[in-house]
Amino acid sequence: MSTVIDKLDTSRARDRAWAAAAAVVDPELPVLTLEDLGVLRDVRVSGEGNVEALITPTYLGCPAMNMITLEVELALERAGFAKPKVTTVMSPAWTTDWMSEAGKEKLREFGIAPPAAKAGRRALFGEEQVACPHCRSAETERISEFGSTSCKALWRCKSCAEPFDYFKCI
Amino acid sequence: MTEAPLFAYTLRLADNALILGHRLSEWIGHSPALEEDLALGNMGLDLIGQARAFYTYAGEVEGKGRDEDKLAYLRDAKDWRNVLLVEQPNGDFAATMIRQLLFAAFAHPLYEALAKSKDETLAAIATKAEKEMAYHVRHAGEWVIRLGDGTEESHERAQTALDELYAYTNELFEEDDVERALIETGIAVNPAGLRPAWERTTARIFAEAGLKVPPPSFAQTGGRKGRHSEHLGFILADMQFLQRTYPGAMW
Repeated sequence: MSTVIDKLDTSRARDRAWAAAAAVVDPELPVLTLEDLGVLRDVRVSGEGNVEALITPTYLGCPAMNMITLEVELALERAGFAKPKVTTVMSPAWTTDWMSEAGKEKLREFGIAPPAAKAGRRALFGEEQVACPHCRSAETERISEFGSTSCKALWRCKSCAEPFDYFKCI
Repeated sequence: MTEAPLFAYTLRLADNALILGHRLSEWIGHSPALEEDLALGNMGLDLIGQARAFYTYAGEVEGKGRDEDKLAYLRDAKDWRNVLLVEQPNGDFAATMIRQLLFAAFAHPLYEALAKSKDETLAAIATKAEKEMAYHVRHAGEWVIRLGDGTEESHERAQTALDELYAYTNELFEEDDVERALIETGIAVNPAGLRPAWERTTARIFAEAGLKVPPPSFAQTGGRKGRHSEHLGFILADMQFLQRTYPGAMW
């Protein structure tokens, strides 16, 4: 009987831990949660209340990862887990396909064009059809292959003349 | 070399990435245009990110408690295993772009092949790094074409850089005892097998740029065995200063 209750408790604790970690936002893209990004891979809770969150980097050099690790630890502590552990996993590699549709829509509303196609080399280099996140025009052009963070490029809309960030397709 | 082959191999991958990443970081604030400052900063960050992942793994493989920081900040020049190409000075913008193209056109097929390694961690790091290096090939390639096919001066500078740096490219494809056993077991990539892909990519870009590939001549080598040019010492003096002066400093 007690083991059934233990299992139930563990499962509830896991849900609680997942909800806390999943709600953490990207420090560079505060409209996106880790769940939207697909950066949170798993949360494991052991019987003794220890919790481990597994996260994966978008880019290897992404400086936001240290901040995200800290934020997840704090969120888990706030959710009542005394000694949270955050582990970075590399495999399977993150691609823009891990980003949820809801996440892409939030990016657009924030003024960043979401990754346009399915990830892959062709998508990375064949990105000529990027719709303006402000006016939705397809008349856009690339200004710079690199932007304010590793994951973005700089574009400009020829219809509304606004510059915008484009989340690269990787 | 007495180190375990997997440690030595991973360290070579890490050292190549960190030293080239450090070189690119020297451009920040000095680039010819704001967009290029962003590009060089981002490409440097890609490389430093790759290095961090490789160092962390190398430390685990070694099992002596050395983490990424200890491996990066507390080794002397003779213990570094990077190829000589990546430690060559930035020179002018043309030299930096030629060096970047020569290395990225090698690293891209390397990581593409390493992504299929039997070693899960190396494969996972390479899967991410491969896409980053494809981007570097394109960016550096576009600049090499623009400079080679640009003004008389830009052409001359690009050709001079290519002539000087070409002697360092043969080392990229050398295979030695450290790697042989790992290649046979499907963990490491045979660098000699990457040459055709590298030659295709670079030859196409140099042809479009109107640059002449120098004829075969004396090839520089030694970096992967710890024999470096005088430049590495200066890089380390800059990069390691803080940890050497204030050991264990954290912030």
